[in-house]
Order: sequence, then structure tokens, then C-alpha cells
Amino acid sequence: MFDWLSPQETEAVLLSMRVAAWSTIMSLPLGIWVAWLLARKNFVGKQLINGLVHLPLILPPVVTGYLLLMLFGTQGPIGGFLQQFGIVFAFSWTGAVLAAGVMAFPLMVRAIRLSIESADARLEEAAKTLGASNTQRFFVITLPLALPGIITGSILAFAKALGEFGATITFVSNIPGETRTIPSAIYAFMQVPGGEDSAMRLVVLAIFVSMAALILSEWLAKRVAQVVDGR
Amino acid sequence: MTLQVDLTHHFPDFTLRAVFEASCGLTAICGPSGAGKTTLINALAGLIEPDDGRIEINQRVLFSKIDKIHVPTEKRRVGYIFQDARLFPHLTVRQNLTVGSWFRHQPIDSHQLAHAIEILGLSHLLARRPATLSGGEKQRVAIGRVMLSEPDFILADEPLSSLDLARKLEIIPYFERLRDETRIPILYVSHQHEEIQRLATKTLTLNGGQLVP
Repeated sequence: MFDWLSPQETEAVLLSMRVAAWSTIMSLPLGIWVAWLLARKNFVGKQLINGLVHLPLILPPVVTGYLLLMLFGTQGPIGGFLQQFGIVFAFSWTGAVLAAGVMAFPLMVRAIRLSIESADARLEEAAKTLGASNTQRFFVITLPLALPGIITGSILAFAKALGEFGATITFVSNIPGETRTIPSAIYAFMQVPGGEDSAMRLVVLAIFVSMAALILSEWLAKRVAQVVDGR
Repeated sequence: MTLQVDLTHHFPDFTLRAVFEASCGLTAICGPSGAGKTTLINALAGLIEPDDGRIEINQRVLFSKIDKIHVPTEKRRVGYIFQDARLFPHLTVRQNLTVGSWFRHQPIDSHQLAHAIEILGLSHLLARRPATLSGGEKQRVAIGRVMLSEPDFILADEPLSSLDLARKLEIIPYFERLRDETRIPILYVSHQHEEIQRLATKTLTLNGGQLVP
């Protein structure tokens, strides 16, 4: 499939795919829950949560990476605690998953939140009068109606995770085969003489994948919305 | 079955005060816009919590300020027919009819389902989705959905007001059957005299939040 790429380039592409897939899958349940909270609930500290979710979008990625290193590094409070259970993020591909997940989280939450907000809350009221519990309402009414946003959010988050660079390289460095994703590989190839061709191939690939993800998410969201609405 | 209501709810500009009993049959609640009709039935459904009072159906307390009881909507066994039908767009007509049983973990009574489908004339619509139904058809499905959820009482909030005259005339007989076949109280909000004359076994008039004799 990747005949036109060198083994090193292929390694970076496959690692990027793995990191992006895991970060999307792992952050999706939390993303749906946070989006639902922000769309449907009023509580003290809502603006704070909203701000925290969006922070990675605004902060310099190197700052996010630094904060992740402070918190999830082996010396950090969370990283140190998790290490006891054999969960290590620092300088490991799992750390790249975490960094990509955090950086892509705002995009995911925004898309899902919008689609929950545009789903008619009065339908949830109708379900209540028919005897639906909170859980049933969420899974039978809210979630299916928010499906277009969940799909868009996931694809955007996947594409964003695929291209995440600043936080990843700060948090987990640039280790071939472990944390060298497509952007880190492009960066590395640009630093060595004769690496321009490799860098160029990965650049073209990155542009192609990003465009494809954008077009696919738009198209899928429209199709799924039609299916959900029954038109 | 008797619904006993005694409730007070304060608004910035007026106070809703309603004391009445509704037994089997259709009790029409009429009155001008802003008289508190929708607030009253939303309080009965448990969608809002009134400031004071007591609501009982057949000695089952749904709300009591003194005893600090406020049974949540999903446990009231209420059937609510909304003005805009509020069918679930991602479910078929058949699923819309049966989803209530599923919510309450009850097996679908196939005899009852067949009966509702027949009297509401829904057999050719079962596989369709709400988006492809006319306003009248949607409201028929909404009536069926409520019948099949086996409620202790039914609330209807101007269920015909979004329909044109021909559709209204089409739906009224279904409400007559609902009234005659179910032996439970039906509270029916409307300000259309013809509707009330044809359907009501009892009429309550709300004006400025007060029941007018």
C-alpha cells in the first residue's frame, strides 16, 4: 500500500494512524459526555469547563505539551500515580495518543455539542412522558439525533490527531518507531541533508489525508443527518 | 379513575390557582392565551414543579408540597399529546407506537397494538418515518403512542391547533374514540368552541390564572 514510501516513512504513517485512531476512540466517550453537559445542563463552573475544553485550541501547543509533561511525566502527580499500575505516557506512543487526544478534544466537543443543541430538547420531554429514564432518553433519543455531529467530530479529531506536532514533540519527543508521527518525521527529515524528498512525500500525504477527512466528514454528516431525520 | 388537583403556581405577573377534580371522560380546559393552561397541564405532567398544592390520581400522590413529594414525569404514567406531535424522527411509525412499552420494560401487547393501528388507520404507515407524514397522520400516531403507553390520565395541549380545518375534522373522531374507549381522565386544552362542544364531557375555564365557574 505504501510502496512509494521508504520504510521509515511508512513507519511514521502507520504510527500516526495508530495514534490518531486510539486518541479518537479513547476521547469519544468523554467528548460526548462533556458536549452533552455543555449543551443540556446548567451548573456552576460551566464556563470554566467550557474554557478548559477550548484551551488547547488557543494555547501554544508547546505550552500544552509542557503541561502534559508536568502532569503526566514520570515525576508528575498523575504520571507518577499511574506508573504504579504500569501505565506510562512519557516518551511512549501512548503519550502521543494522550497529546493528540487533548489537542483534538475541542474540535470533537464543538461538533458534538452543536448537534446535541440542534436536536430538539422537546423530544426528550416527550420521551419522559412515555416513561423513559434518563439513561434511556440519552441512548434512544439524544445520542441517535446527535449522530451526525458525533461522526463529524470524530473524523475532525482523527485528522487533527494525525497532524498534531507541537504538544506531541514537547511531551514525548521524536523517537523513531515510538513517537515519530508524520509531522515529527517531516520535521526530522528537514533537519538532515538529503531528507527533502522524504519530507515532501509526507507533506503531500498529510495534505491529501486532511482534505479527504474534511470532505468525508461533511459528506457523511449530511448523509447521516438525512438518514436520522428520515427524509 | 379520578384526578384530584389543587395547585398554586406564581408568575411575575399573575398567580395560577387551580382546584378541580377530573373523572373519566374529557375535561376541556379553555381560556384566553396566557391564562395558564399549558402551565397547568405541564404541572400535572411533572414537567414543571408547582409552588404549592397537591395532585393525586386514584389516591396515588403525584405531587404534594407538604409531604415533599414530586413524582418525576417518567413515573407518573401520564400520556401527553403535544400540539406539534413530537414524534421521534429517527424511528418508524411502528417504533414510535411501541417505544413507550420498551421504555417501561413491558412486553408489547400485540392485540392492543393491532387495535390501535386499526382504529387510527395507521396500517399503511407503519414502516414510514415521521418526516414523510402529513400533520393529521402525525397526530394520529401521537394519539396511538399515548393509548399504547397505558397511562392513568391523558393530557392534550391544543392538539389540533396546528392543523387546517379539514384535518381537524379528520382527527376529532379519533379523540371521541379515545374518550369513549379509555376509562381514564383526559384533560384537553383548547380555545376552539366547536372542538370543546363535540368532545368535552366537562369544561373548565381559566382566566388570568383563576378557574372561572
